Amino acid sequence: MGEATRIRATAKDGLTEVKMLMQHEMETGQRKDAAGNKIPAWIITDVKVLHEGRTVLEAQFGTAVSKNPYLVFRLIGGAKGEKISVLWTDNRDDKRMDEAVID
Amino acid sequence: MSAGYGESDLINMERRKALRTGSRLLGVLAILGLVPGSAWAGAGRAALDAGNLSDAFDALGVTLPENSELIRLTVPEVAENGAVVPVTVETTLAHVEQISILVDKNINVLAANFIIPKGVAGFITTRIKIGQTATVVALVKADGKFYRASREVQVTQGGCSA
Repeated sequence: MGEATRIRATAKDGLTEVKMLMQHEMETGQRKDAAGNKIPAWIITDVKVLHEGRTVLEAQFGTAVSKNPYLVFRLIGGAKGEKISVLWTDNRDDKRMDEAVID
Repeated sequence: MSAGYGESDLINMERRKALRTGSRLLGVLAILGLVPGSAWAGAGRAALDAGNLSDAFDALGVTLPENSELIRLTVPEVAENGAVVPVTVETTLAHVEQISILVDKNINVLAANFIIPKGVAGFITTRIKIGQTATVVALVKADGKFYRASREVQVTQGGCSA
């Protein structure tokens, strides 16, 4: 189980901006270790963001998303105190869900 | 530079062909309701393994998308560290359904796909790896049609081996 995703969701002028920083190695599978062996790919493959239980963003990641993936998006509406949930799954079938409230 | 295909090219081509067949099969299974997720998810997944832009567009079900001035793609002109390159895609196109970010020179050209439901703005910021100086393409599906915007990023230190 990975470390917690840092989430900040801010409502302003009718939009809620959601920023998140996931903690993940995002190993591309294209690098070699000191002995010349290929380091296997280890990446988050799927992300889902919920606002009060409704899906507001789905993402599929390839190998080119940077280490500790950072995402920002904006949903229309949203109010202080409402819940944002961020779920991810990686290619080792590790999963993580974290929550924050809009402020 | 050799004129013909190397062995690894051929292996890759076979692999891509197998992946494409696999994605079609997944699509059929999805229609039959046998696998979780939409047929789109299967196609998007195959696109993530594509080794060039035309294969990625193919897997996403896109012919050559039109350039659109309604897409604003923000990337640095020069990236000193290719491992962390900020990318923002913002569009005023109506009814945005999907935003994809591609890098033409990366080994896997499709960096990420985002499905944008109703009630969400056409706006995404993320950070990606770029292996060498390349063109970043933002692909936006709006109202059932694909559009694109492109920008070159000069990379002084590659991101794929970093």
